Amino acid sequence: MSSTTAASGPGTSSLKPVYVYEAPVRIWHWTHAISIIVLSITGYLIANPLPALHGEASNHFMMGYIRMIHFIAGYVFAIGFAVRIYWAFVGNRFSRELFIPPVWSREWRGHLMHKIKFNLFLTRKMEKTVAHNPLAQVAMWFFNVLVGLFMVVSGFALYGEGLGVGSWADRWFGWLIPMMGSSMEVKMWHTLGMWLLIVFAIIHIYMAVRSDIMGRESCVSTIIGGWRYWKDDQP
Amino acid sequence: MAVHETLYEVMRQHGITRRSFLKFCSLTAAGLGMGPEFAGKLAHALETKPRTPVIWLHGLECTCCTESFIRSGNPLAGDVILSMISLDYDDTLMAAAGHQAEELLEQTIEKYDGQYVLACEGNPPLNEDGMYCIQGGIPYVEKLKHMADHCKAIVAWGSCASWGCVQAAKPNPTRAVPIHKVIRDKPIVKVPGCPPIAEVMTGVLTYMIAFDRLPPLDRQGRPLMFYSQRLHDKCYRRPHFDAGQFVERFDDEGARKGYCLYKVGCKGPTTYNACSTVEWNDGLSWPVKSGHGCIGCAENDFWDKGSFYSAVTTAGFSAGAEATADKVGGVLAGAAAIGVAAHAAASVVSHMTGKQSEESSNG
Repeated sequence: MSSTTAASGPGTSSLKPVYVYEAPVRIWHWTHAISIIVLSITGYLIANPLPALHGEASNHFMMGYIRMIHFIAGYVFAIGFAVRIYWAFVGNRFSRELFIPPVWSREWRGHLMHKIKFNLFLTRKMEKTVAHNPLAQVAMWFFNVLVGLFMVVSGFALYGEGLGVGSWADRWFGWLIPMMGSSMEVKMWHTLGMWLLIVFAIIHIYMAVRSDIMGRESCVSTIIGGWRYWKDDQP
Repeated sequence: MAVHETLYEVMRQHGITRRSFLKFCSLTAAGLGMGPEFAGKLAHALETKPRTPVIWLHGLECTCCTESFIRSGNPLAGDVILSMISLDYDDTLMAAAGHQAEELLEQTIEKYDGQYVLACEGNPPLNEDGMYCIQGGIPYVEKLKHMADHCKAIVAWGSCASWGCVQAAKPNPTRAVPIHKVIRDKPIVKVPGCPPIAEVMTGVLTYMIAFDRLPPLDRQGRPLMFYSQRLHDKCYRRPHFDAGQFVERFDDEGARKGYCLYKVGCKGPTTYNACSTVEWNDGLSWPVKSGHGCIGCAENDFWDKGSFYSAVTTAGFSAGAEATADKVGGVLAGAAAIGVAAHAAASVVSHMTGKQSEESSNG
C-alpha cells in the first residue's frame, strides 16, 4: 500500500509542474513570517521588559525603541495582510484557498478526514495536493486569517490608546476595548494571540519540512520559487 | 425653596462671598480644561440659570466617594457643591433622617420632575429581589428606578456605580450590577475610580448643572476631560519607562531612584483617570508619586484582574486556575514542540516499518 510513495525518486516525475504561489503571495509569506518573528520578540519584551538599565533616563530609549520596532513591524504585518486579501481577489485560484476552505464540498471534507487520518498514522496512503492540503487550509484559516485579523484589530486598538482619543486608530479599532471589557483584557488576548501564532509557526514549519522530505511533491521550494514539482507520476 | 433660585443665590445664602464664588468659577473652569474666558461664562451661568437640584443616592458601597468629595482639594469647591447638594438629598450628609428624609425625595420629584440630576454612589444588588440593600423599607433597586424615572440625567459615582467594583467581584453573591445595567433610558455619566478624585467629581457636577448639558463622553460614558488619557500617558515616571528603567523589587536601587513601576504591577498603562495630572489631596501626591504602582481602580472589574503586583492579568480564560497569557502560551508552544518532535519520530518509525513490510511483501 505504500508502493506509491516509493515508486520513483524526487524530480523524476514527468507530470508538469504547477505555478502555485505567485510572486505577491511569496513576498507576503516571507514578510509576514519576518514580521511575526519581530513582533513576537518585541511584543514579549513589552510585556516582560529586560532588566533595568542604569544611568540617567535621558541617556536611554530602550523601551521606546522596542515599542517603535513593534509598531513598525505591526504596520508591515497589517498592510501585508491587507495586500494579501486584495490578492485573493485578483490572484490565481490558489490564492483564495487561505481565506475560503470549501467546507461545503463533500469531496474536500473527505480529503480533510483522510489527511487527519494520515497524520495520525491511521493510513499510509498519501494524497497529492496542488496547493494547500485541506488540513493546512483549515489551520491557516484559523491561525492566519482569524488570529491574524484579531492581532491586527487588537494591536491597533492598543496603539490607538497611545495615539489618543479621536485618533484614526481609536476611531477605527478603539471599539474593541469596551467590547472586551478593558484594555488589560485586550492586552492579555493580544499576548495569547502571539502564542497561538508561535504554536502555528512550529507546526507549520514542521509540516512543510516533513512533506518536503516525505511527501510526493515539492513544498519548501514552492513557497520560495512558486512552482510545485512532483516526485512521481502516480495520480 | 423657590423653584427659580439660582446656584449663585444658594451659595450666597450659605455664606460664600462673591470673591470666593469667582475664585471657584476660575478654578473649576481651569479644572475642566477650558480657556480663561470661560471663568466669566461659568460665573454668568451660575448667576442666571435656575439651580439644578442634585439628589445623591447611596446603594451598596463604602462611602469612599463621599469621603473623597468632602475632602475636595480646593475646600471651597467642596463646600459650594456640597451645600447645594445637601439642600435636597444625601442620606449620608444631610441632617434629616427617617421619613422626614425620604419625604424630601417625593418633594423633589413633585417640584423638579425631569429636571434634577441623580447622583448615584454605589450600586444595586439584584439577587433575592434586591433584599441585600434595603433603604426605608424598600430595596435600593426600587428606589433607584423610581428616582431615575423622574431625573434628567444620572451621574454614576465611582467604580461601584460605573462598573460594579468590589461587591460585584467574582463570585458576586448579591449580583450587584452597575447603574447602566438597571437604568437604560436616561443618559449616564460614569465617573469611575475607587473613589474618584474630588476635583473630578466637582468638575463634572459643576459642568452639568452650570451648562445644563452632559460633558463630552467617551465610548463608555466617561467624561473626556478627565478620562481620555491613561495615567501612563502623563506619568512623571514615563521617561524611565521609555528608557527601560524599571523597579524590579520595592527595596531595590530602582525603587529608590524612582524608576517606572510597570514591572511591579503598575496598572497605569491600562487605566484611564486623571491621577497623574490632578493628583490627590490638593495635589499633594498620588500612588505612583508615593512609590506604589497604580492598582487600576478606575477600570472595569479591577478586582478580578489578578495580583496588584503583577504587570499582566490573569483574568479571562482561566476560570479556576490562575494563569497568565505567557504561561498558557508557553505551555501551548511547548506542547506543540513536543507534539511535533513525537510526530517526527513516529513518522520515521512509520516510514521504516512501511519499508520493511514492503520489503517482506516483495521478498
